Amino acid sequence: MQIVVDLNRCEGYAQCVFLAPKVFELHGEEALLYAPAPPAEQAERVRRAAAACPVQAILVGEQAGAGAGTGAGADVR
Amino acid sequence: MSGEFKSGRIVIVGASLAGLRAAETLREEGFTGELTLVGDEPHPPYDRPPLSKQVLLGRVPAADVGLPARRPVDARWKLGVRASGLDPAAKEVLLADGERLPFDRLLITTGTRARPWPHPEEARLDGVLTVRTVDDASRLAERLDAGPRRVLVIGAGFTGSEIASACRERGLAVTVAERGPAPLVGALGGTLGSFAARLQRAHGVDLRCGVTVTSLLGSNGRLTGAELSDGSRIDAEVAVVALGAVRNTEWLDGSGLAAGPRGVACDAGCRAFNMYGIVTDDVFVAGDVARFPHPLFDYQMLALEHWGNAVEQAEVAAHNMVNPGPLRRPHLAVPAFWSSQFGLNIKSVGVPTFSDQVTIAQGSVEERRLVVVYGYRGRITAAVSVNRAKWLEHYLRLIETAAPFPPEPGAADRPAEPRVVASDVPDPKVLSHGPTVALTGHLPDRRLAVLRPMT
Repeated sequence: MQIVVDLNRCEGYAQCVFLAPKVFELHGEEALLYAPAPPAEQAERVRRAAAACPVQAILVGEQAGAGAGTGAGADVR
Repeated sequence: MSGEFKSGRIVIVGASLAGLRAAETLREEGFTGELTLVGDEPHPPYDRPPLSKQVLLGRVPAADVGLPARRPVDARWKLGVRASGLDPAAKEVLLADGERLPFDRLLITTGTRARPWPHPEEARLDGVLTVRTVDDASRLAERLDAGPRRVLVIGAGFTGSEIASACRERGLAVTVAERGPAPLVGALGGTLGSFAARLQRAHGVDLRCGVTVTSLLGSNGRLTGAELSDGSRIDAEVAVVALGAVRNTEWLDGSGLAAGPRGVACDAGCRAFNMYGIVTDDVFVAGDVARFPHPLFDYQMLALEHWGNAVEQAEVAAHNMVNPGPLRRPHLAVPAFWSSQFGLNIKSVGVPTFSDQVTIAQGSVEERRLVVVYGYRGRITAAVSVNRAKWLEHYLRLIETAAPFPPEPGAADRPAEPRVVASDVPDPKVLSHGPTVALTGHLPDRRLAVLRPMT
């Protein structure tokens, strides 16, 4: 699982911090830090956090292009 | 009619945030042809903002910062290979490994790279680093883990300031050398620049402004310190060069595109210009490497190194690549970015450098919670919040509607007597260091424009 937060959208409501405190954390009053590749056991909490975000800033998915980056000049479909 | 737009061969050069989001948008909009993504790094697309924050703080391994896919792109990925040239007549991208990739439409998303330390021998000293790629960040995080006695950060823009912040949070001694009068002044002007200077010093940063690093010193191939233009000398085991970015356009030399140190010029629909200012039909550009005219800012050709711009411009470019003229869209998003440093969340909307005056519209420097609003000739052009992110959307609307500056009273926690002062943004004409253009020939069909590097 891979996540990215659009921090232009994030306004620090901290719903994600309550729902998945091992993945999302406020740094100071409103700067969000997060683990971009949370462990599998956090997956359900992360999905709930993404759904609860008032500004829908959290994107959850599988890593893009995974498997494409193996060695120089890799040519993978 | 629109069928021809949805098929054929599309090549995207640049496999980072903009390249990925464009590829996804192409598929989302029904492109069924062949799609190839070329990236010079061996890694699949990853996210850069955490590199100077979570990764340097040691909370996240550099390898974890991949980007999630929004949908499958069914593309051929050519990673770890550089594009070395473009033949617009044959419609082929040349790769460094000798392959030629034919295309019907091309998207350029080659972005930027870290500006290297100008003296190659000093740059090779062990301990001299930059932070742009995931490999860079991984190397620097390792160095910080080892507990150097002092870190020297050269340049106090956003990246340099975030690196200094991470060092202080780890308890490391750090010296920041900045050529300008204050940190962040090039992007945010004088008011927030002096705020950032006080903030850094309050957090124990040895901040030296108005100086340059004249040489990096080494012994047995290892960095030992640096000499500054004021004659002082600093002992440091690690030096991070944070002097901004260089746009990756060299591979387009000789292609006839309007490509140079300031980026690749394009219209509001992301179609690249050739060097005569004629728009191309089949070459598009998006992200950090693109220069585009923005109507809110006098149609100035903006090149933005912003995460959000990479996403939004890539989506517009991809849409326009697979739709005929009347359905094409302009890239009109209001620029926005964020930074977190020294425990504060700094966010910006608009273009703060496009300003002549500023006012603190909410909060105060003393509480470390404030909104600074920027104006240009009597209208609002930007707003920057420090720990006040929820208010920015309000100012975004004011920027979009060219509302008068200074802003109307009425906001909560507005200072009793708001002051309007000069924005103290450095003159961009002084900062720019692009080439000049000259015309050659005298017959109408022989006239050529040539780029001459500035000396």
